[in-house]
Amino acid sequence: MLRIRNIDQGAIMKINKILKNAFLITFAAVALSACAGSQKAGQMQSDVYTGTDTVEYLASGVKDRVFFATNETVLTTAARETLRKQAAWLRKNSKITIILEGHADERGTREYNLALGERRANAAKDYLMTYGISSDRISVLSYGKERPVDSGSSPLAWSKNRRSVTVKAN
Amino acid sequence: MNKYLIIFILFLTSIKANALIEVDITRGNLNPLPVAVSPLSIDENSKKNFKKILKKNNIGSEISIIIENNLKTSGLFNPLDKDAFLQTPDIANLKPRFEDWSLIKAQALITGKVSYVDEKLRVEFRLWDVLAGKEMMALAFTTVPNNWRRIGHMITDKVYERLTGEKGYFDTRIIYVAEEGPKTNRKKKLALMDQDGSNNIFLTYGNELVLTPRFHPESQMVTYLSYFQNRPRVYLLDIETGNQEVVGDFPGMTFAPRFSPDGKKIIMSFAKDGNSDIYTMDLENRIVQKITNHPSIDTSPSYSPDGKYICFNSDRSGYQQIYIMKSDGSNVKRISFGNGLYGTPVWSPRGDLIAFTKLHKGKFYIGVMRIDGSGERLLTENFYQEAPSWSPNGRVLIFYRETKTNDKGEGFSAKLWSIDLTGYNERLVNTPTDASDPSWSSLLSN
Repeated sequence: MLRIRNIDQGAIMKINKILKNAFLITFAAVALSACAGSQKAGQMQSDVYTGTDTVEYLASGVKDRVFFATNETVLTTAARETLRKQAAWLRKNSKITIILEGHADERGTREYNLALGERRANAAKDYLMTYGISSDRISVLSYGKERPVDSGSSPLAWSKNRRSVTVKAN
Repeated sequence: MNKYLIIFILFLTSIKANALIEVDITRGNLNPLPVAVSPLSIDENSKKNFKKILKKNNIGSEISIIIENNLKTSGLFNPLDKDAFLQTPDIANLKPRFEDWSLIKAQALITGKVSYVDEKLRVEFRLWDVLAGKEMMALAFTTVPNNWRRIGHMITDKVYERLTGEKGYFDTRIIYVAEEGPKTNRKKKLALMDQDGSNNIFLTYGNELVLTPRFHPESQMVTYLSYFQNRPRVYLLDIETGNQEVVGDFPGMTFAPRFSPDGKKIIMSFAKDGNSDIYTMDLENRIVQKITNHPSIDTSPSYSPDGKYICFNSDRSGYQQIYIMKSDGSNVKRISFGNGLYGTPVWSPRGDLIAFTKLHKGKFYIGVMRIDGSGERLLTENFYQEAPSWSPNGRVLIFYRETKTNDKGEGFSAKLWSIDLTGYNERLVNTPTDASDPSWSSLLSN
C-alpha cells in the first residue's frame, strides 16, 4: 500500500541541491571532454588520425588505410598493425594486385605534397614487402593534396587526409 | 600567333632622352600618375567597316578602354574620367590644347587615331607630356582587325616603358588551372586568357586531373602535369595544334615541370621508391639528364634567366627549404634560413630575386629574397596561398589563394591574385571559374 507522507521541505531542497550539483559536475565533465575535441580518445594522437570515420575495409577486420603526422612519412605502430593485416590478407588472396594511393593534407605547397604522397605510399609498400608481398603486386600512385576525403579546414579534417590507402587493382 | 602580320611603323618626333614625367616603380606608389586616355579618333568609314567585321560600335573607344584598364590595374597610373575631357578625340590627336588637359589635372595624355586601310587595322597613338606641352612618343601599328585587343596592350607597354624606364607586361597571357566542384572531387581544366582576363579559353575537358601548367619562353607550347589514365606524367602541349605528348619515358610519376630559358629543355621532378629527384630532358634529342642525386624530396625547379643556375625545393635538411645549384647539379647551396617552411621557388626574369611560398605558424606568405638568400621580404599573408609566378618584367607576381571551409566543408573557393614587388597593389585577377596554378607568359610581341 502506498503511503503518502508529508515530505519535509528542507529535505527536498537538500536532495535537489545534491542532484543539481551532481548534474553540474557531470555536465562539466562532459563539456570539458568535448572541449578537448579532436584530442579525445579515438580521433587524434600526436597529430595522427586514430579514428575510423573515413576508414573502409578490404575484408573483415582489414582496414584499407594508414595515417600520418604532418610532414611525416613514418609509419606509426597502428599503421604497421594495419599493414600486417593487409599483408596477411594479400598472402591468402595471392591473385590480388593493389595500388597504394598516397595523399597529403592541404597545408603545404602543391608540388612538394605530390612528392610527400608518393613517399607515404612507398613507406606502406616497403612494409608490405617485408611481410612477403611481392613488389610486382603493388603499384604506387600519389595524389598529393588533390583528393582530400574531408573538405574541412581543421586539424582533425587535415589528419584524415594524410593517408595511404590500399586499393584493389583487379 | 605568328600567322598574322604586324607591321611596326615608327615615326619618331622630338623624343627626349630624359623624360619630364617619370614614374618610379621601385617603391610603393601612393600617388598614381594622373593620365588622360582620350578615346582614339576614327573616321566614319573606318567605323562602319570595323563595326561590320568586329561587331564593335566604336573600336577607337574600345582600344582606349583597354589602355585605360591596363594602366589602372598597374597601380601606377590614375586614368581620369572621360566625361571631364574637353577636347574631342580627333582634335586632341592633332594638336592638344594642353591647358584643357592640365585643367583636369592630367599630367600625361594619350591620343590616337584608328583607320581601316587595305582591310587592315591601323592604329597611330601619341603620348604627350601635358605640363611640358610636348609630344613624348608617336608610334603606329598595322595588323589584322582581330588583333585589336593586342594593339591596346602593346600601346600600354610602350607608354609604360616610356614613363617608367621598365619594359611592360600587358601584351601577355596567363595559363592556369580552372577549377570546379566540391573539394573532395575537384574538376580541373587547363585554361588560357589574356593578362586582363579576356579571351578566356579551356584547353582540356576536365576528364583527368591537370596541374601546374607553364609557358614555353617563346613559342606556343605549354608543359604541365596530367593524370591521364591514372598515370601522373609531365606532358607537352602545343596550343595552336592541340598536339599533346608525354615528356620522356619515365617508369614513375614525373611532375613540377618548367622550360629552360632557351626553351630547349624541360626540367622536372621524377619520383620513384619514395625519392624525388630533378631531371632534365632535351626536347630535340630526348636525352635525359639526372640533376640531383639525393634521398630527399627535390622538386619545384626553376632556372635563372641566363640558364646557368637552378633554384629548387628540397627537404634534405629535414624540412622544405630553398636551394640553388649550377645547372649541371653541382654546387648545391641552401639559401633559405628563416623560420618556417619554404616552397615553390621561382627565379625572377630580372635575375636578381627569387620569389617563394612560406609557411610559418599556420600562415602562408608570398615573399622574395635575393639569390644568396639575404633580404627576405614577405609581401602578403593569408590563410592559404602559394605558387607565385613573375610577370615578364619581374615587377609583378601572380599567385593563387584558397579560402577556409566551415564545419560542413562549405565555402571553399580558389582565386588568382596579383601583387607588385613593392608589396602594394594587391588585387584579385578575374577568372570565369575558380582558379589556381597561374603562370605568366613572356611578352607576346617579342
